[in-house]
Amino acid sequence: MDRNKLKRKIESYVFLTLSFLAAGFGLFFLFWILGDLLINGFKYINKDLFTQDPVPPGMEGGGLKHAFIGHIIITAIGTAIGTPIGILAGIYFAEYGRNSKFANFLRNIVDIMVSNPSIVIGAVVYAILIKPVGHFMGFAGGVALALLMIPVIVITTDEMMKLVPRETREAAYALGAQPWQVSFQVVLRAAKVGVLTGVILGVARISGETAPLLFTSFNNNFTTFDPTNPMASLTVTVFQYAMGPYEEWHKQAWAASFILTFAVLMASLIARYVIQRKKY
Amino acid sequence: MSNINPAIKRAKTLEYVFKVILGLAGVFIGLILPLAILIVLYKEASLAIDHFGVINFLTSTDWDPVREKFGGLVPLVGTLISTFLATLIAAPISMGIAIFLVELSPNKLKPIFSTSIELLAAIPSIIYGMWGFFVVAPLFGQKVEPWLQKNLGGVPIIGKLFEGSPTGVDVLTTSLVLSIMIIPFMSSVVKDAFNMVPPIMKESAYALGATKWEVIKQVMIPLTASGIAGGLILSVGRALGETMAVTFLAGNVNQIPHSLLDPFTTITVALANQFTEADTAVYLSSLYYIALILFFMSFIILYISKVMLLRIEKKWKV
Repeated sequence: MDRNKLKRKIESYVFLTLSFLAAGFGLFFLFWILGDLLINGFKYINKDLFTQDPVPPGMEGGGLKHAFIGHIIITAIGTAIGTPIGILAGIYFAEYGRNSKFANFLRNIVDIMVSNPSIVIGAVVYAILIKPVGHFMGFAGGVALALLMIPVIVITTDEMMKLVPRETREAAYALGAQPWQVSFQVVLRAAKVGVLTGVILGVARISGETAPLLFTSFNNNFTTFDPTNPMASLTVTVFQYAMGPYEEWHKQAWAASFILTFAVLMASLIARYVIQRKKY
Repeated sequence: MSNINPAIKRAKTLEYVFKVILGLAGVFIGLILPLAILIVLYKEASLAIDHFGVINFLTSTDWDPVREKFGGLVPLVGTLISTFLATLIAAPISMGIAIFLVELSPNKLKPIFSTSIELLAAIPSIIYGMWGFFVVAPLFGQKVEPWLQKNLGGVPIIGKLFEGSPTGVDVLTTSLVLSIMIIPFMSSVVKDAFNMVPPIMKESAYALGATKWEVIKQVMIPLTASGIAGGLILSVGRALGETMAVTFLAGNVNQIPHSLLDPFTTITVALANQFTEADTAVYLSSLYYIALILFFMSFIILYISKVMLLRIEKKWKV
């Protein structure tokens, strides 16, 4: 009897220790990656990185100005296209499609699209925009990113608008408001911080993307503001530089990765914090 | 009815316009976009589909741009192997993390731990790739893999898995890094499922004298089985489409790997490396063909995961 009890207790301790170790495993890798980024990336950050275009491969110096500017422009195009569509669709699911089977079906598909392989989106945008035009364009990269971002915004907008109490809506209806007025002027306004958070999450998601940009905005070696031309981005440049043979390239790739990672992590931390506070 | 107030009429029209715009946005993202992806991929792949057929393409190991002979078996098998191994590593660890977050962590530290784990999902895929390439691959190639070879190489059957020259750019490192990337997805789904179990279920088991592990094993896990399955399948779906990390670590060699230390290729690696180099119509079309296979596979898998998760939500929704 007692031995059995002891066995069960030991078994319990063994498995709980294992799950403790599993959590340690996850945290260990998080700090390992962030630590390596800090150690290898931070020391190569200097003014030239932001203000200089690249020098010919293999030479010392130069910077990634072209990639920073390209990255911001492509991300901005993606955000400008993705945000309105995402919010409108989110409003549809939260306000108009609450009890409709069809809308529920669509919502589940959107949920699936969040995890859709991003490289496939790149290939599709290539077929639609790059093939007919005949050359790579920064704009196409923005479109690919927008398509990746929309599902993220839709899901968050939907969730955040659902948190607005039903009484708020009923009060507005009682005053004679039309459904669209209730959605836009009452519910959206009440949920605006949450909806904005969804946009930030979307931006965080797309600013780390590489695969959809490989065949859309592609890459180049000089600063350009023209989105109808190929455009460099931080992520594609990091890919090219890290795979390349030059020591100088590797250093700049580490520095760019450090900046990119910490920017993305900050954005998602802020978004997470706001959403957590809204929910509870 | 004809003397209806024009202001009301205008309001009704406006309402209709808004409804249509919102509905269009919803239908666009939930229906038109996935269908458009499918149609575009199919159309672009149709040349290769006509050329090589379906069964033939799926069973052929050819990938020869010069002779214009293409088959999808090698990248497909590569994708399946790396996804399988990554899930094999990630599943028990994600379960452990979820148990830790729900049952073991002190309440005050819970948000910190669970955010930290979720941050693993926020790190861009290219960062995993670069880090894996510069840090994990050399470490494995020079230290871990020779050690594994020395100690396990002689063991029958298992030894075969560690044949070949250790380079660090191979199935083993790819699957390991991939597993770290999918851990946060599975662990957060399982954690949410565990949290849905009503406390009274756990309390009654404790009252019967069950240990903590017995409560987890005999109450929580069976009650959340479909949530756990949903999380597992979601992480499979994520691993299938992962591109950049795999591109850095797989080695891009068109062969079916025979050991964990062989370089290999996957659908995403082939796409990332060869898409802009495809100089003939059949070549590009074949790449679209494997992209279509990837989209189809991950869509089905993610759909199954969604169904599983909906089932548990329905079960416990208050």
